[in-house]
Amino acid sequence: MKTNDLILQTVTKVVLFIILVFAVFILNAGHHSPGGGFVGGLLTTSAFVLLSLAFGMETVQKAVPVNFRHVMALGLSIAFLCGIGATVLQYPFLTHAFGYVHLPLLGETELTTALIFDIGVYLTVTGATMTAILTIGEDR
Amino acid sequence: MIDLIVSGLIVVGVVFTFFGTVGLLRFPDIYTRMHAVTKSSTLGIMCILLGCMTYFMAEHGVVSVKLLLGIVFLFLTAPVGAHMISRAAYRTGVPLWEHSVQDDLADDGKRGPRLTE
Repeated sequence: MKTNDLILQTVTKVVLFIILVFAVFILNAGHHSPGGGFVGGLLTTSAFVLLSLAFGMETVQKAVPVNFRHVMALGLSIAFLCGIGATVLQYPFLTHAFGYVHLPLLGETELTTALIFDIGVYLTVTGATMTAILTIGEDR
Repeated sequence: MIDLIVSGLIVVGVVFTFFGTVGLLRFPDIYTRMHAVTKSSTLGIMCILLGCMTYFMAEHGVVSVKLLLGIVFLFLTAPVGAHMISRAAYRTGVPLWEHSVQDDLADDGKRGPRLTE
C-alpha cells in the first residue's frame, strides 16, 4: 500500500529547524541557566529521529552525511583536549578559564573554555544516541 | 488588572484541559476521543502558557521566548500527532462507534481488517 505522509512531512520540515535551533540555544545557555551539552545533544538526536520517522533513515544519512561513531570520537577528543590544554599551561587537568571578549557582532560576550568541553559532551551524546538508534533501526 | 488577565487565561486553560479529559472518558470510540482531547487540551495548554508569559512579562519584565516557542510548537505538532494516531487506528481496523452514519474512506481500500470488539 502506497502511503501518503504529506502532513507529517510538511510539519517535520518546519518543526525540525525549531528543534535544532533550540538545541543550539540550550547548548549555549548551559552556563547560566538550565541546559548544556547533554540536553542539547538529546534534542539534536530527537530532531534527527523525527526526520527519520517522516522521511526514512536514508534521508537522515543523506542529509547528515557523517558516521556518528566518528562524531562520538570527535566529541571525546574535544573534551579530552580541553583538559589537556590546561595541563600545557601549567595548571591542573581540566582547569577552566573565562573572560569577557568584545566580539564584532555580539558585543561584550563571556567566553569560557567550559563551552568547548560542553561541545565535546554535545557531540558525544549526539553520536552515541544516533549510533544506538540507527543500529537498532537498520536491523529489520 | 493584569492579575485578572493572567488568572482568567489560566482558569480557561485548566477548564479546557479538564473538559478534554472528561471527553476522553465519556466518548465512545477512538476518533471522537481524539477529537475531544486534541482540540481542547491544545487550546487549554496554549492558554496556560500564554498566562505564564503574560505573568512573567508584567511582573518580572521578562519576555520569555521559550514559552512563545512552546505555544507555536504545540500549535504545530499536537494536531499532527492526533492525525497520525487516528490514521493509524483507522488503518489497523479500529471500529467506529456503532451509531456512526458516515465513513468516507470506506471504499478506498485503506481500511485494515476489522478488529473484533
